[in-house]
Amino acid sequence: MMEHRSLIHGVMGEFETPEQVLAAAQAARAAGYNHIEAYTPIPVEGLAEAVGFHRPWVNWITLAGGLGGGLTGFGLQYWCAAITYPMNIAGRPLNSWPAFIPVTFELTVLGASIFAVVGMLALNKLPQPYHPVFNVERFARASTDRFFLCIEAHDPKFDVAESTRFLQSVNAQYISEVKDEE
Amino acid sequence: MSVTQPPVNSPGIRRLEPLLEPGHTYASVTDKIASVVLTRPLGLGWLAGFTLVFSLVMVLFGSIAWLIVKGVGIWGINIPIGWGFAIVNFVWWIGIGHAGTLISAILYLLNQKWRTSINRFAEAMTLFAVACAGLFPLIHTGRPWMAYYMFPYPSTMGIWPQFRSPLIWDVFAVSTYGTVSLLFWFVGLLPDLATLRARAKTKWQQFIFGALAMGWRGTARHWHRYQTAYLLLAGLATPLVLSVHTVVSFDFSVAIVPGWHTTIFPPYFVAGAIYSGFAMVLTLAIPLRKAYNLEDFITMRHLDNMAKVMLATGLIVAYGYFVEFFMAFYSGNKFDVFLAEQRLHGPYSHFYYALILCNILTPQLLWFEKVRRNVLALFLMSLVINTGMWLERFVIVVISLTRDFMPSAWGRYSPTFWDYSTFIGTLGLFVMLIFLFVRGLPAIAIAEMRELVHQEHSKEHE
Repeated sequence: MMEHRSLIHGVMGEFETPEQVLAAAQAARAAGYNHIEAYTPIPVEGLAEAVGFHRPWVNWITLAGGLGGGLTGFGLQYWCAAITYPMNIAGRPLNSWPAFIPVTFELTVLGASIFAVVGMLALNKLPQPYHPVFNVERFARASTDRFFLCIEAHDPKFDVAESTRFLQSVNAQYISEVKDEE
Repeated sequence: MSVTQPPVNSPGIRRLEPLLEPGHTYASVTDKIASVVLTRPLGLGWLAGFTLVFSLVMVLFGSIAWLIVKGVGIWGINIPIGWGFAIVNFVWWIGIGHAGTLISAILYLLNQKWRTSINRFAEAMTLFAVACAGLFPLIHTGRPWMAYYMFPYPSTMGIWPQFRSPLIWDVFAVSTYGTVSLLFWFVGLLPDLATLRARAKTKWQQFIFGALAMGWRGTARHWHRYQTAYLLLAGLATPLVLSVHTVVSFDFSVAIVPGWHTTIFPPYFVAGAIYSGFAMVLTLAIPLRKAYNLEDFITMRHLDNMAKVMLATGLIVAYGYFVEFFMAFYSGNKFDVFLAEQRLHGPYSHFYYALILCNILTPQLLWFEKVRRNVLALFLMSLVINTGMWLERFVIVVISLTRDFMPSAWGRYSPTFWDYSTFIGTLGLFVMLIFLFVRGLPAIAIAEMRELVHQEHSKEHE
């Protein structure tokens, strides 16, 4: 049994509508499964919470990027105009901060945007060329018109037969074992 | 006074047309959009069109090569008219890009569902327009290989950029705009690339879309972070798009040249940008929906809405023209008054009258629903507005520079063959990139169309 478990990523059931997969995910959590994942062709409201996701770091990363970009932008201009390359033009102030606002603003937006995208990808662990769910033939439809719920093998409560029965009980179609090649 | 609401389904209320023709499912929208990329053979029309625009790109390359050999003297620019076509075209192209960001970001924040089927190619249009725009200041420097001087880097000469200059602000605004537009576009594409990866037929398609999709699986966690990032990008792109044309207008309004030195410039430039951008979206959308039978997705309601946006922004632009005149006379500044008269009676007055005809008078036809719902009329109108917005920039750049403060500094400007060939070349580049885009990537956001199917479906069941 142990040998078998190391080769299997989980069992996966297929659903036709977002409502069904949401109900199934909630039922799985209620049944005590903690390591589940849903795969959907469209974002489904409430599904992330239903599979136990509570750490949306993307907004904080974006804030950090924005603050970093803005401070870099202003600091760069202040350093150029007032410290390293000061130009005395009829005694006008060197730290002419209103003239530095446009570039500060642009770099704030640039920093925040790059951090938002890179942060989103990194937290999603992308790029990731291989994943066991791609071994399931019907999974191709997860990016078209089918909704999948996978109970993962490292869940303490996981058992191939038991978890398959659970997916049957929530009306999943085409329940398949997700094999891992490694 | 009591106000009673009529029942929603009473015949007295005109119901909105659907954004999607009825009968579509997740699979049908996916099939229809993905098939344009994956399975549809290259038609004769595409090949002929591509050949034409590709030859225009060769004209562009030739023009740039000759420019680098001979210098900017091959253009009609002189002293005092140092800007000429290069800056006219730069402002025109960058303005066109703005509609893409408006559709993808601002309409997203305002929860306007009708943006869904037009946002993808409007964003692509933004990227390609910014690419064409960025080319002009670059080659206008005369020595484009020295362009890195504009960026702050520790040079051995010990000099740094002048950050108090709008021209340096422009470098940062336009490069940030290009980068953020690309990021926004790519994030939007990610789920669609995964769709194409799953449906790819040939080895090449599987490899390319597989690599680009980066292993996107559409897990609940993926989507949650994705939506957060997308919303934040929309929120960031919204002030950005307003800032870019504001900074472009600073290139003019911070200078003291008569006709440029006005505070109306930033809002009126932004409105003009959106005006010309929507015109370009229509110029592209109307042939696209016809060629690839996408009338189910880009419906008459979309065209009608875009026409209304053009009408509204066109009126803001008209107000801008009015304020320019009003302020010239109200200020009593003799140089401003003189410049206003030069627009009406000077050597370039025919451009000004053509501009009023294209940008203010003709678009008033859009008040009529008959015009807004006539595809051919809308297409022609979009071309008229694009022309008008180009003329506007010509009027701003050329008339002010030819009529400076001192008669001894007056001059004339007439574009040369190379001015025209470079401009037409960028039109070719723009259309060529659009041609490649519609066959290489999904021109309509597939995942968002599936969401629309879901919403329309749940609405029926309410």
